[in-house]
Amino acid sequence: MSIVFTISRLTFYEASRRKVLLAAVGLGLLFLIIYGIGFHYLISDLEQNIGISNRLQLNEIRNFLLTAGMFVIHFLASIMTVLISADTLSGEISSGTIQTIVTKPVRRWEILSGKWLGFAVMLTFYLLLMAGGVMLIVFVRTGYTAPHPLRAIALLWLNLLLLLSISLLGGTTFSTLTNGVIILGLYGIAFIGGWIEQIGSYMSDISTSQIARNIGVVTSLIMPSEALWRRAVHEIQSPLVAAIGFSPFTSAYYPSLAMVIYAACYTITAFAFAIVLFKRRDL
Amino acid sequence: MGSAPPIQTFSLCKEYGGKLAVKDLTLTIERGEVFGFLGPNGAGKTTSVKMLLNLIAPTSGEGSLFGAPLDNVNIRTKIGFLPEHFRFHGWLRANEFLLLHSDLYRIPRDVSKARIPELLDLVGLSRHADKKLNTFSKGMLQRIGLAQSILNNPELVILDEPTSGLDPVGRRLVRDIIKELSQRSTTVFLNSHFLSEVEVTCNRVAFIKSGEIVKISNLNDLFEGTLQVELKATNLNPETISGLSQWCTDIHLEGSRLTFQVIGESKLPLINRYLVENDVEVFSLKPQQLSLEDLFIQIVGSEGEL
Repeated sequence: MSIVFTISRLTFYEASRRKVLLAAVGLGLLFLIIYGIGFHYLISDLEQNIGISNRLQLNEIRNFLLTAGMFVIHFLASIMTVLISADTLSGEISSGTIQTIVTKPVRRWEILSGKWLGFAVMLTFYLLLMAGGVMLIVFVRTGYTAPHPLRAIALLWLNLLLLLSISLLGGTTFSTLTNGVIILGLYGIAFIGGWIEQIGSYMSDISTSQIARNIGVVTSLIMPSEALWRRAVHEIQSPLVAAIGFSPFTSAYYPSLAMVIYAACYTITAFAFAIVLFKRRDL
Repeated sequence: MGSAPPIQTFSLCKEYGGKLAVKDLTLTIERGEVFGFLGPNGAGKTTSVKMLLNLIAPTSGEGSLFGAPLDNVNIRTKIGFLPEHFRFHGWLRANEFLLLHSDLYRIPRDVSKARIPELLDLVGLSRHADKKLNTFSKGMLQRIGLAQSILNNPELVILDEPTSGLDPVGRRLVRDIIKELSQRSTTVFLNSHFLSEVEVTCNRVAFIKSGEIVKISNLNDLFEGTLQVELKATNLNPETISGLSQWCTDIHLEGSRLTFQVIGESKLPLINRYLVENDVEVFSLKPQQLSLEDLFIQIVGSEGEL
């Protein structure tokens, strides 16, 4: 186990030495500041114009702004996951750096697990900082809390671990560039599939076709990242917002718990495959 | 396992896309040997080393290090390795780099804290201990790589082209380290196409060509016997020269200078008598030992493999 920690420390160290951590945290804080200022003035404006009588509407707007913030964080953290991890294996394999590591008394699964753990810890901190920050800003300014904030964060967290595992899996076989293109491509497919599903379910009153919904299910099975986001939205959304309309920040039709379990299994399987492929890989 | 040879392979083969990179590698290297693995670029030296270290899986055949199968992880506590074209994490400082690799060897921290400055001193990098590796020159990287390969006081050190890219001072350092290792009866496996370093450090060599070992020999036996002879004489006629072939090989005539190879000094008086009997005016008959380079060209051929 000590080797796993040595490698994860190295991963952490690399991110910090290469100023990745600084850039991510610095820009993240800037994001939170801008979000906080924007949120403050928007709410102040609304409070003055709507008047105290329409509390219900105000609540929905807070909820909408919270979800919008979470959407950006979800997107940022997803891209960040791919950016920091796509090169870690393929880069070290192509440069030969890996050769002095794997010829030590270490097992290849220990190297992969160490890298996974190192990135997972970094991404967890990043997500907690950003998502926690947005939720805290909303709470401090308005006293509003979403229905299930921790569940939402857990779902976004699972999405990051999913992307991380796929990225390590790709890194055992493909070059950095190909790996990045593949993961973002999958992410895009899941994204568009999710939208088609949403529109389909929104129109379910006037359309009898299940095709749009089925497309969403299929793309979620191919890549469950968008499904996790939809489910996370569902967890922080007040029921009324879901009812009033359709936007990227609403979840008219949300994925089942089975899909969440599927995503978790997907993550574990991807990581297990990564270990098998890395073990067999000629270096 | 105590007496098992550091390296033993039986019929190791590696095939890449239908082409055999290494054919039938069968070797036993005994403890304390400094073994030179010689061959032109692309002959399969690095592929062979990578199979020994389980970096790549052999297509067929098997091998062992200290009696343990090649994929045994624990045996690598006894092994040091410097890869060819090594690249390290450039953002690490020299001492951090060595500490990382000590950790990977599971060397206790208090041991490595003492060992690392010693090693930095040995490879002449004490002054650069706090510098990041991406500021290092190629020669400095090779030195730190070498330090990395002996962090664990290994019983077997595998060096893949350790002097390529080094200046003469660096080469001398590598040579000295190899000699020191050999004095401590560490086994050294040296991949090289630099014959001069092999000549002064190795006690046994193998020549590999197109993925196949074409000759394995003790360094001394390799030279023993074969002499390159230079004859200065006049009145040499073609019949006399062709008559020399009963003792000699590789006969070349250039003006009054005749060169040939002969096995064993004892042939020289016979050759001399034969020449005199055939009315050849002999001015000088100079035997010389073949250089490793001559042997190399003779064994693996002069056409480089691309």
